[in-house]
Amino acid sequence: MRASAGQGVAAGDIVLSVEDVSLGFGGVQALTGVSFDIRNGEIRAIIGPNGAGKTSMLNVINGFYHPQSGRITFKGKTRSKMRPYEAARGGIARTFQNVALFKGMTALDNIMAGRTLKMHRGVLWQILRVGPALAEEVEHRLKVEEIIDFLEIAHIRKIPVGRLPYGLQKRVELGRALAMEPNLLLLDEPMAGMNLEEKEDMSRFIIDVNNHFGTTIALIEHDMGVVMDLSDRVVVLDYGRKIADGTPDDVKRDQKVIDAYLGVGH
Amino acid sequence: MLGPILETLIGGLLTGVLYSLVALGFVLIFKASGVFNFAQGVMVLFAALSVARLSEFFPMPIAIALAVVVMIALAYAIEFLVLRRLVNQEGIILFMATLGVTYFLEGFGQTVWGSDIYKIDLGMPKNPIFVLESVFPGGLLIDPSELIAALICAIMVVALAIFFQVTRVGRALRAVADDHQAAQSVGIPLNQIWLMVWAVAGIVALVAGMMWGAKLGVQFSLSLVALKALPVLILGGFTSIPGAIVGGLIIGAGEKLAEVVLGPVLIRMFDLAGGGIENWFAYVLALMFLLVRPQGLFGEKIIERV
Repeated sequence: MRASAGQGVAAGDIVLSVEDVSLGFGGVQALTGVSFDIRNGEIRAIIGPNGAGKTSMLNVINGFYHPQSGRITFKGKTRSKMRPYEAARGGIARTFQNVALFKGMTALDNIMAGRTLKMHRGVLWQILRVGPALAEEVEHRLKVEEIIDFLEIAHIRKIPVGRLPYGLQKRVELGRALAMEPNLLLLDEPMAGMNLEEKEDMSRFIIDVNNHFGTTIALIEHDMGVVMDLSDRVVVLDYGRKIADGTPDDVKRDQKVIDAYLGVGH
Repeated sequence: MLGPILETLIGGLLTGVLYSLVALGFVLIFKASGVFNFAQGVMVLFAALSVARLSEFFPMPIAIALAVVVMIALAYAIEFLVLRRLVNQEGIILFMATLGVTYFLEGFGQTVWGSDIYKIDLGMPKNPIFVLESVFPGGLLIDPSELIAALICAIMVVALAIFFQVTRVGRALRAVADDHQAAQSVGIPLNQIWLMVWAVAGIVALVAGMMWGAKLGVQFSLSLVALKALPVLILGGFTSIPGAIVGGLIIGAGEKLAEVVLGPVLIRMFDLAGGGIENWFAYVLALMFLLVRPQGLFGEKIIERV
């Protein structure tokens, strides 16, 4: 059996850990004393029934929400809250449950937006569009084209994303996150609303990203089949508390998890 | 007949540039947050008041420099006190916030600077000049101060267009306007972008306020100039800097020409009094545009999947 949160794991292996994080909005407690960690190179799933606090957890990790208490340690640096800009700088990229793309822009521009932090040339150079700035634009464009090829979306790259079907929008969103060349990729329900074929495609991309680029992935997903197939370790939340943490097999047999999903009298 | 019409056209275009400048302030903020900034008009007033009152104590160049500082401070205050609290809210909520800012600034401006009519003297030549006297009998009458104002506006507009269209700031702006959180997630510093855009919009308001203030005197009605920017925006498109320029020129020239050309026609054919066309022409034109081309001449067509 694998060790649970933070025990028996070499410190260098942990890329991110949250300790005792609590988050509330007015009277609603979204997270209560949640602790877990994410190891370098793994696929970590966060599961739980609706309203369990999964998305809140991702929002805490990339700095959209600031917890009332607790610590977040990312790449060895401990802080009481992340800021979105710091998170992005530090190499945390994410996608959103409801697809948050820049709707008026093309798929290509959306993915190029993911390169924002990688571009360094000054504004003046860019206005002139010569020398280093042009070289930089070309270099980033090449990188983006690689991602587009990888995700097999070359045919739609010039189409405004608002016009694309949902499944492809999700893929463009993944592309934008990948363009950041993240260390840690947060995926919020990457397969929500997809048909079987689209789900299989997306699973393949996730595994490929993890294998080829060595990107650490934390994902929220409702499709249990997908979760059990993809993830190395699973953390289960229910009503804002952690109720289980371990390998897919461990979690599947955990009585608390079964209760949470099937429902018992609370 | 051609001479007077040409004269009207030139006068109209020069006024139109001033409309463009006001509209530009709207476009900048709309591009960066998808929000119609109701406070733009009052920012023009506030900026003009600042220059007018500061110039009583300091020489004009220093007064202008100080007013720039005031407008940047104002942008910072708005970002820190209002916008920062409203990240990821609906556009309508941000719009309501700008409404609040409008009425606050209107009162606050009076508290700080007083509520009399003030004047701004930019030392521009006042006497009209005549050009092309050999071509037209009597030549064409042009107000040199309007010409200078138009020139300043043109430089400003071109500089802004280059800055926002060509650099990656442009891409970041569109990203922010489309989705706050998604923009933050790719590392676009939302607060800095807003601060920058509001500061630039404040400086644009300052230039507009000085030009209009020098022309009309600095008084409360200056904030109503902003209403003229509305038809300009509808014509040009809310998201387009070139659109704001072209829209302003069309409205400026159109309303003056309508007054001169349409006025006499109405008098002759329908026995109307014929005046005041300048007041409504822009809005009727805008209304027609809304029916035919709601995104404006240069605006982005918004496609929604249903």
